[in-house]
Amino acid sequence: MTRSASRLPDILKQNDADILRDWVKEQLATLRPEAMSESSLREQTQRFFGLLRDAVQSGELGDITGPAWTGVREMLTDLSQSRATFGYTPSETAMFVLSLKQPLFTRLRQDVGRDAEALADEVWTATLLLDKLALFTTEVYQKGREALISRQQHEMLELSTPVVQLWDNVLALPLIGTLDSARTQVVMENLLHKIVDTGAAIAIIDITGVPTVDTLVAQHLLKTVAAARLMGADCIISGIRPQIAQTIVHLGVELASVVTKATLADAFAIALQKTGATIGKPAGR
Amino acid sequence: MTEHETRPIRSSEDVVIVRQLVRAWAIRLGFSLVDQTKIVTAASELARNTVDYGGGGIVRLEALSDGRRIGLRLTFEDKGPGIEDLALALKDGYTSGGGLGLGLGGAKRLSNDFELVSKPGEGTRVSITRWR
Ligand SMILES: Nc1ncnc2c1ncn2[C@@H]1O[C@H](COP(=O)(O)OP(=O)(O)O)[C@@H](O)[C@H]1O
Ligand SMILES: [Mg+2]
Repeated sequence: MTRSASRLPDILKQNDADILRDWVKEQLATLRPEAMSESSLREQTQRFFGLLRDAVQSGELGDITGPAWTGVREMLTDLSQSRATFGYTPSETAMFVLSLKQPLFTRLRQDVGRDAEALADEVWTATLLLDKLALFTTEVYQKGREALISRQQHEMLELSTPVVQLWDNVLALPLIGTLDSARTQVVMENLLHKIVDTGAAIAIIDITGVPTVDTLVAQHLLKTVAAARLMGADCIISGIRPQIAQTIVHLGVELASVVTKATLADAFAIALQKTGATIGKPAGR
Repeated sequence: MTEHETRPIRSSEDVVIVRQLVRAWAIRLGFSLVDQTKIVTAASELARNTVDYGGGGIVRLEALSDGRRIGLRLTFEDKGPGIEDLALALKDGYTSGGGLGLGLGGAKRLSNDFELVSKPGEGTRVSITRWR
């Protein structure tokens, strides 16, 4: 079978609404429910589907490095990087693309019908393509993680950290760099002001990007948590890597009164639970 | 490889540089990530004490080998006011400067060998070793 004979371009064009609906359903089944809201997942999936559909029309199904695939690659790059930052696993990240397989194969089966050989060819073409795209996402994800790790090892003198609002009542302060300078005080005060301004109930302080947690850093964190509590907001500290957890214990720092989580995504899930927000799969699905 | 190296410690920027230096040495000596983190954190505590209480000083880094093991020894020295009561200074929670009072004790727990020598009016020397 030649590449140009593939039915894939037509199938994507003609069944877009059906495929899209099933694809979102597949993702909701595999993704941790707290990982992303259904509406933003739907929006993301729809946008990607459009790019994929256009790229496939070029007929270049065997080579995703070509110019027809630029939009697809760019979107996958953004998606992988942001998922790496938010603590998704590599497989959760690749699942975005891979969960398109089932809906697509179902449509291929309906379309190609009884011609087993043609169906096998079509499935093979589609598998190769989706596997390539999934591999691409994991490679980008890996690079994102490496950049994160080397950033952790090269202690930076300054930290540049805007407070971000993750959800209605949830703020996040991703700390990056060292916390030795007087600027740390300013950063922590910014968080407290933002809590007042937004009336946030929960503030997540993520220390993934802080290379060393010594007693000075711990003291900054504890002071901030205490001050936030006085203003009615609970803090969650996320991004405590295993080696950091061990070191904190040896230092004798008492973090028992503070909620801690391994990743920002975990902390976000807890935050949503606590604020009573409901996202992800609707009940009963 | 350099067997030893000495650096001045005067400011909080120097504390950051000492951490980087100790991290680089620990990596070169093949320390695990956990051991790197432990000695870097201990160094951070002692370097900051050198600045905050000793009025500045030096750190000396040495690669050690006892035939079986490889070690990294760090010695912090200052000519500051010294420590009157060593046991009190080592006590968890004791601070004369508004810290958490866990630096000296923490550095001791994060190291395999720990030595604290101080004479009031003459200065302080703290030496720690972590073996691989
Ligand atoms: N180099 C030093 N020179 C003089 N005093 C010191 C020195 N290092 C530590 N100390 C004393 O020991 C106390 C405890 O030190 P540490 O355990 O690091 O706690 P912290 O730094 O939080 O005060 C300090 O408050 C100080 O009084
Ligand atoms: Mg100290």
